[in-house]
Amino acid sequence: MSSALAISHGSSRRYRGWVLPISVVALWWLASHMGWSQSGLLVSPEKVAATAWDQIASGKFWRAISASLTRNLSGFFIGTTLGLVLGCLLGLSHTFERLVGPSFNTFKQISLFAWIPLISVWFGLGDVAKVVFLSLAALVPVVVNTCDGLRNVPPNLLEVARVYRFSRWQTIVGVMLPAALPSIFTGLYLALVYSWLATIGAEYLLVSGEGIGNTLIDGSEHFMMDLVLFGMVVIGLVGWSLNALARIFERRMQRLYGIDPR
Amino acid sequence: MAEHKIVARDLSMEFQSLDETGQTERVPVLEGFDLQVREGEFLSILGPSGCGKSTFMNILAGLAHKTGGELLVDGQPLQGINRNQGVVFQGYALLPWRTVLDNIAVGLEIRGVGKAQRLETAREYLELVGLNGFASRYPHELSGGMRQRVAIARSLAYNPDVLLMDEPFAALDAQTRETLQSELLRIWGTHKKTIVFITHSLDEAIFLSDRVAVMTQRPGRIKEIFDIDLARPRLPELRNTQAFIHYRQRAWEALRDEVTDITREPAAAATHQNWQSIATLGGYRIGV
Repeated sequence: MSSALAISHGSSRRYRGWVLPISVVALWWLASHMGWSQSGLLVSPEKVAATAWDQIASGKFWRAISASLTRNLSGFFIGTTLGLVLGCLLGLSHTFERLVGPSFNTFKQISLFAWIPLISVWFGLGDVAKVVFLSLAALVPVVVNTCDGLRNVPPNLLEVARVYRFSRWQTIVGVMLPAALPSIFTGLYLALVYSWLATIGAEYLLVSGEGIGNTLIDGSEHFMMDLVLFGMVVIGLVGWSLNALARIFERRMQRLYGIDPR
Repeated sequence: MAEHKIVARDLSMEFQSLDETGQTERVPVLEGFDLQVREGEFLSILGPSGCGKSTFMNILAGLAHKTGGELLVDGQPLQGINRNQGVVFQGYALLPWRTVLDNIAVGLEIRGVGKAQRLETAREYLELVGLNGFASRYPHELSGGMRQRVAIARSLAYNPDVLLMDEPFAALDAQTRETLQSELLRIWGTHKKTIVFITHSLDEAIFLSDRVAVMTQRPGRIKEIFDIDLARPRLPELRNTQAFIHYRQRAWEALRDEVTDITREPAAAATHQNWQSIATLGGYRIGV
């Protein structure tokens, strides 16, 4: 009896998060069917579902999403690779830090979207420009966190390295990088989130070609709110999936390092 | 001369520190520090906090540099890190991403010992510190006492002549501490090393050592050294014997003046800020 109660209690807790979205959709359905609004801009949930099906079946959705994800991942890889190199140089070499550090700190203060005019003039509105923009978005958090992680290696671990006469290279590979790994990962995690946000931004601001951001623009230009809403749901789901993927890796690493997962 | 493993003569060490007015100030931490450590002995250095005992340890370990005097190990002036010395830190300092066994083997790995050989040696020392069955655990899965056992095994696996221990048991609870003290004596009995042990605990120093050196307050030097003529092996009950209590009395008398003098020193009261910086400087983090 009591265990049955406990199970039902547990499962009701698990589904609690669904209450709000289901109520909103129900209210929305009511609003569009009861004639509360005469505006053609309030479309019904079924219309959105039908559009979604049409987009998927016609292949438009797959073209858009694959264009967006390809862009996203290219920007992410280029940005994080450069970010890791720059972050390591800043974190490991005091000379390099003195030479480049102040410039980088100024550079990162420039709002990401302020780069758009420059990028569009230099690289046009195509994929090159978008990937450059995405790389910038991914670069900054990786540099900052990699550098921080390498700077904040616990002093007693560095003493161990000295006592056991690690060479400079052995200290970097055997102590500093592993000690900085959780922080470096935080940078990659942020880069993944930022680059997806920037993907949509780039598609919206550097309008040309295909992509999920362009689907949104299409929808809003033709007052097709069903298409806009479909695009928004897709963007949310992709963001959520990337986040979930990164969290799985983060948990694994925290367990290995003995950090209690939040 | 030959039987002296470590000789410190008129050793001194000072820091540059900023006072309230932003002026550079010289803070002497060690001054006129003389000490001879005999081959194979267990010597404890006892002193009030901030007296520079950890600074001496860091200089000996090659992690900090003396500013004056002479320091000889095996009759040779000490230069940099000495590979014949193992260091056990208060904070264990295990590498969190390595298993227990890989932590113990780290020194051998850097020395270029082959994998099979170093893991075999590591297992031997793992057994010595009584952690069989924990080889593939990670440091965060162990208690403080177990971590310190791993750290001791790591130092011993490197097979040093001298083991430098900087308040290794200070962070442990009383029971674990006493257990590890007995364990350390057992290990020292089988692997005759010279041990220099830093502590602020009278009981710990007397229970473990052949000789106890008491330091003055900062700037630190050795005030008094006395022999502890208690038979070995030493069992925990020893702590309740008359002889033990007698030694504790003597050590406390030597130490008491140094502890109470600190509060009477006018300069210390006047420049509180300096004290804080000295306290940090005197800690084992210096020299990084």
